[in-house]
Amino acid sequence: MATDCPLLLGLVEEFVSGLVDSKAKDAAAAVKDGQFTVLQLVEALGPSLTSSQPHTRARGVQLLSEVLSECSGSLTEKEVEVLIAFYENRIKDHYVVTSPVLQGLKALTKCTVLPPGSAVSILRSLFQDVHVQSLMLVERACVYNMLLNLMATRETELKSLGSDFVFGFVQSMDGERDPRNLLLAFQIASNIIHQGYDLGKFAEELFEVTSCYFPIDFSPPPNDPHGITKEELILALRAILTGTSKFAEFLLPLIIEKVDSDVQSAKLDSLQTLAACVSQYDHKDLAEFLEGLWTSIRREVFHTSSEKIEAAGLSALTALTSCVSRSVLSSDSEDCLSTFLNLVIKDCKHHLSEPDLRLVWPSAKLLQAACSASIRASHIITAAVMPSLIEQYNSRTQCSHRRTLLEVGQKFVQSVKSVNTPEKEENALSPYRSSLCSIVFSALSETNDSLEITATQLLTSLAQQQGLLEESDIELAVDHLTKLLLTEEDERVCVAAVDCAGALAALHPGQFISKMIPRLRIEAFAVPMDEDSLEVSRRPSHQMVRQRCLSALASVSSQPIIVQQSTPVLLELISAAHTGSVPFTVEDVVLACRSLQRIAEQVQDTEDTGRCFHDIIIPRLLSLALQAALQGEDAPRPSPLVEESVLSAMVPVISTSCSRLQPKLAEETAFKAVSLFLNGNVSFLPDNSFPSNIQLLKGDCWRQSQMVCLLMACVCSSPRTVEVPHLDELLSALEELSCSSSHTLSYTSAAKCFAGLINKRSPGAALDSLIQRTVKRVFSELESPNSTVHFQVFTLMIWVAKALLIRYHPQSTALTDKLFSLLDDADLGWVAADGFSLLMSDSSDILNKACHADLRIMYRQRFFSENSKKLVQGFHAATERKPNYLKALSNIVNKLPKQVQVTELPALLSLLLEALSCPDLSVQLSTLSCLEPVLVDPPPALIQQLEALVSRLLALTSSPAMVVRIGSLRCIHALSHFPAHEILPFRARVLRALAKPLDDKKRLVRSEAVRARGEWFLLGSPGGR
Amino acid sequence: MSNRLENANPVIFQRSGERLLTASEEDEDVHDPIDEREIFDILQSINDPEHPLSLEELNVVEQVRVKVDDPGNTVGIEFTPTIPHCSMATLIGLSIKVKLLRSLPDRFKIDVHITPGSHASEDAVNKQLADKERVAAALENSSLLEVVNQCLSTRNI
Repeated sequence: MATDCPLLLGLVEEFVSGLVDSKAKDAAAAVKDGQFTVLQLVEALGPSLTSSQPHTRARGVQLLSEVLSECSGSLTEKEVEVLIAFYENRIKDHYVVTSPVLQGLKALTKCTVLPPGSAVSILRSLFQDVHVQSLMLVERACVYNMLLNLMATRETELKSLGSDFVFGFVQSMDGERDPRNLLLAFQIASNIIHQGYDLGKFAEELFEVTSCYFPIDFSPPPNDPHGITKEELILALRAILTGTSKFAEFLLPLIIEKVDSDVQSAKLDSLQTLAACVSQYDHKDLAEFLEGLWTSIRREVFHTSSEKIEAAGLSALTALTSCVSRSVLSSDSEDCLSTFLNLVIKDCKHHLSEPDLRLVWPSAKLLQAACSASIRASHIITAAVMPSLIEQYNSRTQCSHRRTLLEVGQKFVQSVKSVNTPEKEENALSPYRSSLCSIVFSALSETNDSLEITATQLLTSLAQQQGLLEESDIELAVDHLTKLLLTEEDERVCVAAVDCAGALAALHPGQFISKMIPRLRIEAFAVPMDEDSLEVSRRPSHQMVRQRCLSALASVSSQPIIVQQSTPVLLELISAAHTGSVPFTVEDVVLACRSLQRIAEQVQDTEDTGRCFHDIIIPRLLSLALQAALQGEDAPRPSPLVEESVLSAMVPVISTSCSRLQPKLAEETAFKAVSLFLNGNVSFLPDNSFPSNIQLLKGDCWRQSQMVCLLMACVCSSPRTVEVPHLDELLSALEELSCSSSHTLSYTSAAKCFAGLINKRSPGAALDSLIQRTVKRVFSELESPNSTVHFQVFTLMIWVAKALLIRYHPQSTALTDKLFSLLDDADLGWVAADGFSLLMSDSSDILNKACHADLRIMYRQRFFSENSKKLVQGFHAATERKPNYLKALSNIVNKLPKQVQVTELPALLSLLLEALSCPDLSVQLSTLSCLEPVLVDPPPALIQQLEALVSRLLALTSSPAMVVRIGSLRCIHALSHFPAHEILPFRARVLRALAKPLDDKKRLVRSEAVRARGEWFLLGSPGGR
Repeated sequence: MSNRLENANPVIFQRSGERLLTASEEDEDVHDPIDEREIFDILQSINDPEHPLSLEELNVVEQVRVKVDDPGNTVGIEFTPTIPHCSMATLIGLSIKVKLLRSLPDRFKIDVHITPGSHASEDAVNKQLADKERVAAALENSSLLEVVNQCLSTRNI
C-alpha cells in the first residue's frame, strides 16, 4: 500500500536521509490535504523507525512528530492510542531519540480525543524514564508545556494520580535555571495549588523547589528578545508561595530571614509577599511567628530610608492585623489580636510621649496601620493611644510640638475603621469625642497659622467618621469656621477653613443653612464703616472679607439643599449691585458670578438643582442684564452689569449649567433664550416691566447687542442632543450682527455663537449651503477695498474656520487657505498671523470639550501636517511680510505636542532660526518658547545649526523686552546640557556674553542669567560635566 | 580628607520658600536693585562638601548675614560652620566666593568671612579667603576646583 504513493516515499527519504527539514512542512500539508493518512506515513517511515542507527530513528520520529504537531486535531481516538503506545515505548530509546519523542507527545497531549487513562500512562512513563533537568532548554520547555496541556484538559485524571503527580513535577523542575522555563514551571505549580491537587506529603518539597528562587533577583540581558521582566517572575512566584496556608510554616520563617537582607528589592519583595500571603492564612498559622514578623516590620519602618519599603511594611502590618482579627475566640484560648496589638503598642506608644518627638512619626504610622485593619483593632489601639495623645497635647506648650501631636491625631482619626452598617455599633472614637472636639476648637482659636490649618484638617476627618460628631459639635464648628473666615488675617488658614467648611457642609448641611449662610450674607452685604477708623489696618480688609464670604458660599454648596439657600444670596448681591442699593464694585459682581459658576460645576446633577439653575438663576441673570442694557446713557449711575468683565463672568455660569445640568431643562432654556433674542419675548423673565419692542440682535445699541454673549452661553454649550429652535433664522441674524456691528464684544460674541451652532449642526446639504453662503459673503467683503467691516468679517471667518476645522469638515480648507493668503495682506496680515493661535488653542468659553463641541483629537497635528508646506513656500515667496509667516508658524508649532514638534523640527529649523532674528517681539517669544522644550532632547539637525542658534540666542539676551531676555537665557541654559564636545567651543563666548545680563536691571532676568552661567562654567571643568 | 565625617548628624533647618513675585518685578520699567534676598538665593543651593544637603539646610548661610550695597558695589557674606572645628570651613568659604564671582557683575567687591566667634581658626580662614592671589591659585589646582564645582553643581532630586 505504501508503494503506491511515490510522493510520500520521496518526502520521507529526503527528510530522513537527505536531512531537508522543510520536507516536514510539505508532509504535514499533504496530510492535511488528504493526499495520504498518518497511517500511511507511519508505514512509509517503517524502515527508518526500525533502523539500527539511532540518528536515523531520531530523524524518522522527528518527521512523525512534526507532522503530528501540525495536524493533531484530525486524528481519531484509535490512532492516538496507537501513537501514544509507540511514543511511550520510544522514550526508553537512545537519548538522541528523546527530543523528537517529547515533541510528538506534546503534540498528542493537545488532541481533544485523548483516550481515557492515556494521560496517566504518559506521565508515568515520563516521570519514570526521563530525567528532565538533563535535557536541553527546548526539551524541558516541551515537558512543561505537555504538563500544562494535560492540566488544562485532563484535570480529573491527573488528580487521580494523587501526590505522585506533584512528586513527579517537583523532580522534573528541581534545578531549573532558565527564566523562560521558570515562568512555565511556576504556572504549573500555581495550577497545582490553586486547582486543588493533592499535595500529600510533598507540600514541603514543592515549597522547597519553588521557594529557592525567592526573592527573585533577575536582570534581563540588554536587547532581550523574550521580554521577560523581573516583575513577571516575582508575581508568578508570589502566586505560588502565597497560594496555600500549607506553606505558612515554611514561608513565614523565610520571610523573616529575607526582610533582614541587605538588598532593598529583597526587603520589598518579602514585605509585599507577606502582605499577600496572610490574606489566605488563619491566625493559627501565624501564631508562632507573630513576634518575629513584628520585629522585622518594626525594624524596617523605623530604620528605612526608602518610602517604598516603609509603605510595604505598613501594608504588611495592616494585612497581618486584619488576619489576626479574623480569629474566632474560643473560651480557652487567649485572644490572639489583643496579644499581638499589645506587643505593637508596647513597642510604639512610648515614642509618642518622648519629649523631642523624634521617633513619633514612624511609631504613629505603625500604630495607624494596625488601627486601620479592623474595627476591633481600631477599638484596642484608640483606647491605648488616644488618652495619652490628648493628655500630651494639653500639657505641651510649644506650638510645633502641639502641631505634630495634632497631625498624629488627625492621621489616627483617618485610620479608624468606621462602621458603615446601619446597626448602631459604637464608633471607636466615641469615648474621646468631647476631648478631641475641645482640642480642635481650642487650636482653632490659637494664633499660630499652621496649628489652625492642622486643626481644620482634624475637624474634617472627625466629621467624616460616621455618626461621631453630635449636632452641638457641628454647631460649634460652624461658629469657629465662620469666625476664622471673617477675622483671620492669614490667607492659607482661610483657604483651609473654606475647604473644611465645604467638607463639613456636604455631610451636615442643616447647620450651615441655619447659621453660616445667613451670617455670610450679612457680612457680604455689610457696608464698610468709616474707612479711616483705627481697626481697619489690623483686621482683614472689608473687600477681602467679602471675597471670602463669596468663595465660602460656593464651597459649602455641594448638596442641593444648600444650593437652594446659597444661590439666592449671590443673586441678591448681583441684583443689589445693579440697582445700586449697596455699593458693590464690578469685582464683587464678577466674584459672585464665579461662585455661581463653581456651584454649577460641583453640585450634584439632580432635578431640583437643574430647576434652580434653569428656572431661577438663568432667567434672573438674563433679566438683570437686560434691565442694565435698557438703561439709557442718561441713567444716574451706570450699572456694573453692562461691563464686559461682568458679562464675561456670567457666560460660564450659564454655559456650565446648560452643559452639565439636566439636558431636558437646558433645551427649555435654549428655547426661551432664542425667543428672547429673536422675537423680544420677555414673558419668562422675572420683574417683568420691559418694553415690548426689544430687538437685541439688531445691533443699534451696543449695550443691547453685547448681550449676545449670553445667548451664546444658552445655546452653544448644551449636549449635542439638544435641539436649538428656529436655527436658520437665528444663524442669519447672528451673521448679520457679526458683520455689521462696530462694538467688539458684540460682533465677536455673535461670531462665536454662529461658530458654536455650526459646529454642532448635523452634516448635510443644509449645512453645506449655509457655509457656502457665509464663505461667499466673507470673501466678497474681504476683497472689496472700501469695506468698513474688514475686522468684523475677519473675526467671523476665523471662528467659522475653527468650528469647521475641529470637526474635520471638508469646507474648512477654503477658509484656512484664505487665512494663509491673508498673511500677505497689508492691513489684515498681522491679525491673520495671530488668528492661527486662535485656531490651534482651546478657547475657554466655546468650541471645547466641556461645551460638548464636535472636537476631533489630533486636529492640530492634522492641520499642521497638511499646511506646513504652504507656510514654508509662502515664506520664501513673500517679500516684505515675512514676519507674518514666522509669527503664524510659531503660533502653530507652539501648540503642537512635543513629540510632533521634535519630528517636524528639522524641516522647519531654518525658519525658526530666521524667526529668532525677526524684529517682532511676540514672534521671538513664541519661537523661544517652542524651542525650549525641544532643546531638552536635541535632534541631530539642531546640533548642526549650533553656531547660528548660539549667536542668535546671545543676541536676544540684550533684547528690550524682559520676557524675551528670560526666554533666551533659558534656552542658553538648556543648551548647556547638549553633548559636551559639541558645545565646548562656545564656552568662552557664552560666558563672556552672559556677564552682561548678570547686571540686568530686572531681577528675574538676573536669576536666569545666574543659573545659565553657572551651568556653562561647570561645562568642561573638573568636577563639573 | 579623613573617611569619618566630622559632624555625622547635623541639625537640619527648613528651607525658605521661593521668593514671592511682586508686581514691580514684572514691570519692564522698574529697576530692581540687587538685594540681600537675591544674594541669598544665589548661595542657598550650594551643596555642603560632606552632606547631601544645601548650605541653607545646614544654616551655614542665612539671609541676615548677607550685606549688600548695590550702588556702592560691595557684597559682604558671613557664613557659620556647623561645628567650631570644621575643617571644611575654607572650602565652604571658597565655594561661596567662587559662586559669587560667577554670578555677580564684576563691578562688585566680594568679601566672604566667618561669622565672628563661630570657628576655632577664624582669622586664618578669613585671611585666606580675602587673599586674591591665594584664591586664584586655589582655583588653578584641579583637584580643589573639582570639589568646588561639585559643591556648585545643581542637585538632581
